[in-house]
Amino acid sequence: MKLIIAYVKPERLNDVKQALYEAQVYNMSVTNIVGSGRQRGYSETYRGAEMEVNLLKKVRLEIGVNDDFVQPAIDAITRGARTGQIGDGVLFVLPVEQALRIRTGELGPPAMG
Amino acid sequence: MSKRLTAWGATLVGLPLMLATTALADDAKPAPTITDVATAVDTLWVLVTAFLVFFMQAGFACVEAGFTRAKNVCNILAKNFIDFCVSSLMFFLIGYAIMFGEGNDWLGWTGFALSDAKNPSGVPLYAYWLFQAVFAGTAATIVSGAMAERTKFIAYLLYTFVISAFIYPVIGHWTWGGGWLSGLGFADFAGSTVVHATGGWMALVGAMMLGPRIGKYGPDGKAKAITGHNLPLAALGVMILWFGWFGFNPGSTLGVNGANTEAVALVAANTALAAAAGGLFATIAVWMIYGKPDVSMLFNGVLAGLVAITAPCAYVSPAASIVIGAIGGVLVVLGVMLLDKLHIDDPVGAVPVHCLNGVWGTLAVGVWGQKALGLANDGLLHGGGLGQLGVQALGVIACGAYAVISMAIVFAIIRAIVGLRVTPEEELRGLDIDEHGMEGYADFQIFTTR
Repeated sequence: MKLIIAYVKPERLNDVKQALYEAQVYNMSVTNIVGSGRQRGYSETYRGAEMEVNLLKKVRLEIGVNDDFVQPAIDAITRGARTGQIGDGVLFVLPVEQALRIRTGELGPPAMG
Repeated sequence: MSKRLTAWGATLVGLPLMLATTALADDAKPAPTITDVATAVDTLWVLVTAFLVFFMQAGFACVEAGFTRAKNVCNILAKNFIDFCVSSLMFFLIGYAIMFGEGNDWLGWTGFALSDAKNPSGVPLYAYWLFQAVFAGTAATIVSGAMAERTKFIAYLLYTFVISAFIYPVIGHWTWGGGWLSGLGFADFAGSTVVHATGGWMALVGAMMLGPRIGKYGPDGKAKAITGHNLPLAALGVMILWFGWFGFNPGSTLGVNGANTEAVALVAANTALAAAAGGLFATIAVWMIYGKPDVSMLFNGVLAGLVAITAPCAYVSPAASIVIGAIGGVLVVLGVMLLDKLHIDDPVGAVPVHCLNGVWGTLAVGVWGQKALGLANDGLLHGGGLGQLGVQALGVIACGAYAVISMAIVFAIIRAIVGLRVTPEEELRGLDIDEHGMEGYADFQIFTTR
């Protein structure tokens, strides 16, 4: 059982979701965040003054998957989120010690769906 | 005792002194006649109602901002503000002259920049100009709603220069400027056709030429909801429009004296009733069709009732206003469904509200209008046969055709010069960053994922 944490551009979220659905990964949670990687951001102006924005809007997906879905999920996220430009994002795969479905009480891999 | 004597003494001395000085002052200029006062009151009326109609710009801004996504809010506000700025200036320089100037049945050509301008009203020229200018601004701003969330700012800016200079005034000349339609007895009291249907037709052309927003229609053709980001703001906008409409319709009497005293009261009452009926019946319609009373349709229903009564408001009875508004409310619900079926994406419902109900209101004059209230002929339900209705239909078709054809040409030219629509990446990222370099909600986390 693994937890995938992926940081992607907000405007790619719909494509990422679509790709995940095609890979039969349906459970996920999405959070709004600001973040930066190695890129420097862009400039905004407000009433004539410039401001540098280096924490950019991103969206964080957290997806719990069983081991055999890890690679399909990674491929799906990459397919949906990649634009080829800086700021595409990053994803991490973490091991999960235990999982429980709250409604039914199922433990372990069945809880991951 | 002595205080009272002093008071009396002061009065006895002071009063004749005051009258004497007033008499001296009167010798310098004559006392105002009752006609002067009447004109002053009429001028006050026209100006105050012009201010109310101006305030409708706030209403449009709030409605359009509330019904669209947060990532585009700077852009929609910029379009709403700039179209009023530009349309005021162009209507001053060119528009008023074409609309009200001396000319022929089709357009006027005297009075550019209001020099030697013709004033067909009984109030000062500048008051009349301002009143007409805010109406022109209303027509211009209708289009921004239908073209929201995907139109380049520069494209929209170029459009606003053209509409208040050349498109709206020509239609205004045919109807209110002494042109050929008014000669045939066409009646549009406050502008269901001149303002709302004109704006609505142009909005329709714009929306069609732009294409739908990304993600609006799924691969199976079904419409997907792209919900507004701030319905309370939209609600406030509708209320402001409703309030401003009490300037839009009653102000079109251009005065409150003489026959206008009764007329202006009737117009105000009709306006109130049609709005109420529109809201209620739109809610009933959407409740029956979709199973839940959709709040955004309630808002659109109120506006539909208001647009529908704008042409007939002086010529029909209050009972008729209720029927006209109610039908308008149902029409707006059906109109939204029709547009989605045709895959024409109108984010705020500008076309069903302004185009469809503008046409409906204009035709309604021919059905419920009364000669006794100032119409050229009695309407269908008052024994006048199909005559007035026919003239109304002719006006609808002529003005609609001119609006559609001229706007199609204008947008085609703009598309060729600067392009109409933003790039898909920009549309997904939100127009605020790329078009304006700023965000509308800098301290909030808005979702740019929709």
